[in-house]
Amino acid sequence: MSAGTFTPAPGRAPMRTIIGKQLRMELLLTARRGEAVVLAMGVPLLVLLGAGLFEVTNLPTDDRLGFVVPGVLALTVMSTAFTGQAITTGYERSYGVLKRLGASPLTRPGLLLAKTGSVLVQIVVQVAILALVGFAVGWRPHADALLPAAGVTVLAVAGYSGLALLLASVLKPETTTGAATLIYVLMLSVGGIMFAAPDLGTAGWFLLPLAAHAHALRETLMFGGSVPFSIWLSLLLWAVVWLTAAARNFRWE
Amino acid sequence: MAAVEVRDAVVRWGDTTAVDGVSLCVPRGRVLALLGHNGAGKTSLLQVCEGFRRPDSGEARVLGLDPVGDHDELMPRLGIMLQSGGVYPWAAAGEILRLFASFAAHPLDTDMLLDRLGLRRVERTRFRRLSGGEQQRLSLAVALVGRPELVFLDEPTAGMDTEARHTTWQLIEELRADGVSVLLTTHLLDEAERLADDVVIMRSGKVAATGTPAELTAAAGIDLLEVRADPGLDLTGLRTHRKVTETSPGEYAIAGELDTKGLAEVLGWFAAVDAHVTAVSSRRRTLEDVYLSLTTQATVGATE
Repeated sequence: MSAGTFTPAPGRAPMRTIIGKQLRMELLLTARRGEAVVLAMGVPLLVLLGAGLFEVTNLPTDDRLGFVVPGVLALTVMSTAFTGQAITTGYERSYGVLKRLGASPLTRPGLLLAKTGSVLVQIVVQVAILALVGFAVGWRPHADALLPAAGVTVLAVAGYSGLALLLASVLKPETTTGAATLIYVLMLSVGGIMFAAPDLGTAGWFLLPLAAHAHALRETLMFGGSVPFSIWLSLLLWAVVWLTAAARNFRWE
Repeated sequence: MAAVEVRDAVVRWGDTTAVDGVSLCVPRGRVLALLGHNGAGKTSLLQVCEGFRRPDSGEARVLGLDPVGDHDELMPRLGIMLQSGGVYPWAAAGEILRLFASFAAHPLDTDMLLDRLGLRRVERTRFRRLSGGEQQRLSLAVALVGRPELVFLDEPTAGMDTEARHTTWQLIEELRADGVSVLLTTHLLDEAERLADDVVIMRSGKVAATGTPAELTAAAGIDLLEVRADPGLDLTGLRTHRKVTETSPGEYAIAGELDTKGLAEVLGWFAAVDAHVTAVSSRRRTLEDVYLSLTTQATVGATE
């Protein structure tokens, strides 16, 4: 090999390129993990078609799709922003990936940005596919209240991500996986997706963010109405509390 | 400005003091080997230089910068090879190397690196399916791909077979020839002896000795004298200050005080007994002898 091959020429590629490449890798690896794809698309599709089209559960309304589709959208947001992210981040931390990438030209803020971007891209794609499937089988949402629906979704994503990063930082990856899956199943059953959520009044919105998010999506997409103030407040509280806790406790290794 | 400058660094993990007041300097374009047993504090010291950890006291400057405070500015200029992990288990070797290459402004040709490190065959193999040695070679490629000024290599040849080890040594020699500064840890003496301009021997978190390999071995002096002469000599007179054995008929091994005066005395004794000396050879200490005497005896004082 000729001399001068390794002559130093250090430098960082444009930050946009770096984050773009990292984002691509995050998405590629997610797509490669079978269980992540099932969790992200398989379960929501099954719930949407099963509970939306057939009388398998008792719903508080005759408009089965109108009730189920917003719930499934909320469920998908949770599975990607919380369950998937907690599991992935927990393992990446234990494999030393977070530490290694943080110590590259990507930098730690760059890595967090790429991860956030990857979660958002996944959610947009999932919501689009599920909404299209819903539409194809007869779901007819109101289009007037899309903005508040998107607003509560952003808050929900923020809260779920905070809790995911917190769990991944304080628990072992196996424990994180167990806890995140358990919470997912728990929320799936009592979160008001296939059945009506237990009526806990306003307190329920603060305990069950999935139920709150699903309810808000129904109010907007099913009725074209507005999001109850208590739901704005509960999701905002979840986002602030968990993001703050995650920022304080986040560990790279 | 030195590539790495560490002053009185102390690193504690809970109650254990892993690094206890270490100072060292890696001049630009040189290779420094941190030599020591497992648990001697090598990796902890490296973590301070890489900015993964602040020292509990003391200071580290890397390329004139603070490895923690100036982390983002420093990272593109460094190549870091961790002892293990740090890579997505589900990504293929080639994907990982190209990802890190895409972070750099002027990356090396990834195909060239894959070929030179013998990774072409496993380019499409996921990281977790690679052998330990292949994982190590990929980590080395990742450390080098951004054309850094300074590389930190934590036990770079651990888990490699002989061939890969020699390839890695050649690469490190090439890095040095091309002006890259290298700080590596190792517990392999031949590795340190072959690669390092400077060696820092660490023991229990402290510097036990520093110097070039030649200085470290020269300071120890001649260690054994072998003399071939008439067989069956009465060695009583020679044994006063030294250990003498007739290893085989006519082959004498003399150990002990062997400075210039000592050598003259030994040969003088052979002359005095009228022995017919046909061969004299001396064996100098190797780095291994120095290392073992420094790291196994608690009584040996640190030399700086």
